[in-house]
Amino acid sequence: MHEMSLMQDVLGIIEDAAREKKFGRVKTVWLEIGALSGVDPQAMNFCFDAVMQGSVADGADLVILQKPGQAWCMKCGKQVEVSARYDPCPVCGSLQLQVTGGTEMRVKELEVE
Amino acid sequence: MCTVCGCGDKPDGRYRKVKGGLHFGLGAAGLHVAGMSQSRLVQVERDILSRNDGFAGRNRSMLAQHGILALNLVSSPGSGKTTLLTRTIERLKGEVPISVIEGDQETSFDADRIRETGVPAIQINTGKGCHLDAQMVGDGIRQLNPQQNSLLLIENVGNLVCPASFDLGEACKVAILSVTEGEDKPLKYPDMFHAASVMLLNKIDLLPYLEFDVEKCLDYARRVNPDIHIIRLSAKSGEGFPEWVEWIGHNLEVRRIELETA
Repeated sequence: MHEMSLMQDVLGIIEDAAREKKFGRVKTVWLEIGALSGVDPQAMNFCFDAVMQGSVADGADLVILQKPGQAWCMKCGKQVEVSARYDPCPVCGSLQLQVTGGTEMRVKELEVE
Repeated sequence: MCTVCGCGDKPDGRYRKVKGGLHFGLGAAGLHVAGMSQSRLVQVERDILSRNDGFAGRNRSMLAQHGILALNLVSSPGSGKTTLLTRTIERLKGEVPISVIEGDQETSFDADRIRETGVPAIQINTGKGCHLDAQMVGDGIRQLNPQQNSLLLIENVGNLVCPASFDLGEACKVAILSVTEGEDKPLKYPDMFHAASVMLLNKIDLLPYLEFDVEKCLDYARRVNPDIHIIRLSAKSGEGFPEWVEWIGHNLEVRRIELETA
């Protein structure tokens, strides 16, 4: 259940931003989560309300922007989209894929007042 | 429709979402709340793991400055990690100074087992936590104070999920998979086998009694990580150990040269 500790880090980032940009309340939190980041968006959502309780983001909405997994096929040289690390290349079927995107886990934006 | 998650807009341009609802969307967060009077948008763009990665970076440079090779050993519970560690220590302790960080939710049983081999070990209990993080390991390293040009073995919490995401500042992750577990583990837990540089296939002395397809397992591991280095061994019989010990020796040498030429 590392989503709980990840959410603690999200709160840390929000609190840093609150000090820096001087806001008192967060209404919406946008997280960017890649399909290959190893994080379950449902579990992140589950933790969100509990972790944000009593903070500047108490009662805020959570929006998760899912980024697709991307890889470069070493065999056919194409840039392809994958949903898991063990997916074969959808063009040539090779398993020799180098993941190039979709591993991000990021606090993207906050709606504040 | 709002461009972020496809939720419905109100006529005044303010979008509405269900309280506590989860919205999936692929679009970038844009200027969809421009009409809102009280609110503003703050760009943050910070990685959720940035705090951990900061600690990991400090651990990594501190380890490099002292020529210490740190290996992060990860596996599911019961793969034989601690036995493998004690056997590795027995073979190497005359050649290189070794210290150990043991991670478990509770108890100091494992650190006690390591100390019996005569090397310094520290137990980190994560309590409810499912993984070691870089800050815990940094604290552990400071307390252990490992020697220059030494080997630091970090036994992570038995878990094939969470430790994959947390960089500890190690030189590399070593995933241990035992043949009693099933050959499809690399596909079931792809993030871990992708994050690891080395996979040790342990307990191979039991193969005659099991229906474990070694080639299939290795194929699955390479499917999630084409570059993974695989060593088959048995901590009990010692089979395959020379290759593992040689791998460590080679990497210790690389570390030593890096320190000398730094």
